[in-house]
Amino acid sequence: MNFPLFPPEASQIARQTDHLLVALVLFSAFTLLVVFAPMIYFLFKYRRGKKADRRPVHLPETVIEVTWTIIPAIVFTGLFAWGANVYWAIERPPADAMEISVVGKQWMWKMEHPEGNREIDELHVPIGRNIKLTLASQDVIHSFFLPAFRVKQDVVPGRYSTLWFKADKLGTFHLFCSEYCGTHHSAMIGSLIVLTPDEYQKWLMHGAPGPTMAQEGEGLYRSYGCSGCHVRSTVVRAPPLEGLYGRPVPLQSGQIVTADEGYLRDSILLPAKDLVAGYTNAMPSFQGHLSEDDLLKLIAYIKSISDTTPTQETEEAK
Amino acid sequence: MNPLENVENPASGTEYFATQRTPKNYLTEGGHTLKSWLLTADHKRIGLLYLYSILFYFTIAAIAAALMRMELITPEGDMVTSETYNKLFTVHGTLMVWFFLIPSIPAVLGNFVLPMMLGARDVAFPKLNLLSWYLFNGGGLLALYSLVVGGVDTGWTFYTPYSSTYSNSHVIAMAAGIFIAGFGTILTGLNFIITTHKLRAPGMTWFRMPLFIWSLYSTSVIMILATPVLAMTLALMAIERLWGVGVFDPKLGGDPILFQHLFWFYSHPAVYIMILPGMGVVSEVITCFSRKPIFGYHFIAFSSVAIAVLGFMVWGHHMFTSGQSIYAGLVFSFLSYMVAVPSAIKVFNWTLTLYRGSISFNTPMIYILGFIGLFTIGGLTGLFLAAVGLDVHVQDTYFIVAHFHYIMVGGMVTAFMAGLHYWWPKITGRMYPEKLGQLAALTMFLGFNLTFFPQFILGYLGMPRRYHAYAPEFQIYNVMSSAGASILAVGYLLPLIYFIWSLKHGKKAAANPWNATGLEWQTPSPPPKHNFAETPVVDGPPYQYSAEEA
Repeated sequence: MNFPLFPPEASQIARQTDHLLVALVLFSAFTLLVVFAPMIYFLFKYRRGKKADRRPVHLPETVIEVTWTIIPAIVFTGLFAWGANVYWAIERPPADAMEISVVGKQWMWKMEHPEGNREIDELHVPIGRNIKLTLASQDVIHSFFLPAFRVKQDVVPGRYSTLWFKADKLGTFHLFCSEYCGTHHSAMIGSLIVLTPDEYQKWLMHGAPGPTMAQEGEGLYRSYGCSGCHVRSTVVRAPPLEGLYGRPVPLQSGQIVTADEGYLRDSILLPAKDLVAGYTNAMPSFQGHLSEDDLLKLIAYIKSISDTTPTQETEEAK
Repeated sequence: MNPLENVENPASGTEYFATQRTPKNYLTEGGHTLKSWLLTADHKRIGLLYLYSILFYFTIAAIAAALMRMELITPEGDMVTSETYNKLFTVHGTLMVWFFLIPSIPAVLGNFVLPMMLGARDVAFPKLNLLSWYLFNGGGLLALYSLVVGGVDTGWTFYTPYSSTYSNSHVIAMAAGIFIAGFGTILTGLNFIITTHKLRAPGMTWFRMPLFIWSLYSTSVIMILATPVLAMTLALMAIERLWGVGVFDPKLGGDPILFQHLFWFYSHPAVYIMILPGMGVVSEVITCFSRKPIFGYHFIAFSSVAIAVLGFMVWGHHMFTSGQSIYAGLVFSFLSYMVAVPSAIKVFNWTLTLYRGSISFNTPMIYILGFIGLFTIGGLTGLFLAAVGLDVHVQDTYFIVAHFHYIMVGGMVTAFMAGLHYWWPKITGRMYPEKLGQLAALTMFLGFNLTFFPQFILGYLGMPRRYHAYAPEFQIYNVMSSAGASILAVGYLLPLIYFIWSLKHGKKAAANPWNATGLEWQTPSPPPKHNFAETPVVDGPPYQYSAEEA
């Protein structure tokens, strides 16, 4: 019979997390010893009917109390710092990460690669690359959990969450939904498949991709009429989107925000929320008109034009 | 040193029995009719009413747990449907938390002994006390109604927008039940606080109070401050569900994470409602059965208060993976470590109390030693979860399930059993069978560990909680857990049987069978309706035991 104790370790963060676990287990064993060795000794030595010295003694109460208050507080602060260190690594995706979009819905995961490859309940990634997932939910809260990588991120409707990892082991690993999401929660599972870079390229080609996400986004950009306003025209009613992604945006309120995925998402669904300085709120909300898939494609398109500059005309009009 | 000397009427216990054949007590005074029970204002009778009620809810919730453990013996979801499984864990969680654990020690044992420990004739507002019980059961009936008409499938956490928009089950009835029962909790807290302030016997200063009172006082403060937040949160969820007013559902302009903040702002302090009273019982029992004054009285008392205060500042540790800001995560992680300090202090003080004691292993003591072991494991694994980087991996897995069962079942239920055995002679006037009691305590300890320890490993391996079917490599630990659950069930059934048996056949209990110091032991067993023939006067600290004399 097999009694596994650890899930596969497929990333550096998995190893860091396991080290922290082992340290905590050793610390706990030590604490149990410190508390229970004297307790068991007392229980044996001072059990009723056994001869023992039971004269009351005066112990220096305050000294003892302060000691066993301060020592745990110091040790706990150390454990906090260790845990915080691992958390810091988990929560901050490296800048050079390859981006993949994920939409969770009752009860499946839809993955979309920038090249246009789509898959359901499976995610193919190359080994040794930083992978950053942008996670969206079409309905309730889900959670994207990769035990072999010791990472997990709730996928909350109405906002984007991100999760990153870098696989250093080839193979197929579990993907679980770990936030209860309704009837078939335990069937909302899948696999993460780590391939060599060559195999990954082959897989991308084999998938006979159609248009890329950005190309599909461009199509939506036209069909939803976004181009009618956000385009170089004589009467500019909307801010230009070229070169927007990743740059600071001054708002009507005086705040300056960075145009990340979350900002773009809010600006499409809730245009009045973060009005750009110098513009009136002329845009209708697209809340309820766009699926999470389409929204991600639109944003992929806006990201794809982040290296271009607006034309002369719009600059002047500004 | 004899505590009886502190009481104006020292002979009240023994002489009472000597002079009267059938002494009047709270069970006989006022009549045997159903009406005399349902309209009673006696805190002792109300305590018993609570005991019967929570046993009823516990039984339903335990059956749900048994069915879940049976389902989980095999990886396939083959015994019940997913829908049924989801309803089972919801019933288990909601009934256990709100209709068993929260009222368990406070409303049953607290109601019964708090006024007597203070030397009072009753709580400050006896009729309000009865109202608490009606509110509690009014809520309970609504919760049961939601089960009878089809059940609820949201989990006890009611996370939005699933609960407010997507679930097709009877969410409103269940939420309304919890909402109403919550007012019972608030009134109980209010009653305890005022009783402690106003009805202490002459000489009973704050630092002469038994530590059980300190723990109940801290618990009551949490009940009053936290429960209204739960009521508001459930009301907002119901408003969104009934009328589509956007509060939590992003499709309606709401924020689902807001629900989690509100819910855990209540539910984390509620965890302390479910453990602080247990800690109070430990201090009563461990002193009595080691014949020692408690070590570090003031530190234990203030650690209860510290837990109550700090407990309000750590709710965000339930949300490390929900997408709250990374800095919020760090602050909540640090504060969670700090709330562990006062709990650690208590364990150290209990251990040192045993030094130079005269220790006997009666059933309550065995339960208490079990409590210290299980609570320590629960607390230590809490340190794993407070390590925010590690929590990312184990959040929402069986590791969490194991951790909180170590605190709530290993801690609170064990302490409840200890308290029930300890005060059973006082409550019923009969002794329980000691050997069987010890056997049940050991059975429960073994069964508990076999049920829940494997779940730590399951969680680290990555098995998410609330899974009806699971990957085959998780099976071995699930089988162990289910096997443990059947032993645990025996551990629960045994006391049920011998307690009932003891009502008729148990040895008659003296006023103070444990030779304990609390005022509740200075009156006959069972006590007369108004507890004391004459108000006792206190002139010394609690727990004046002497190990040398024992």
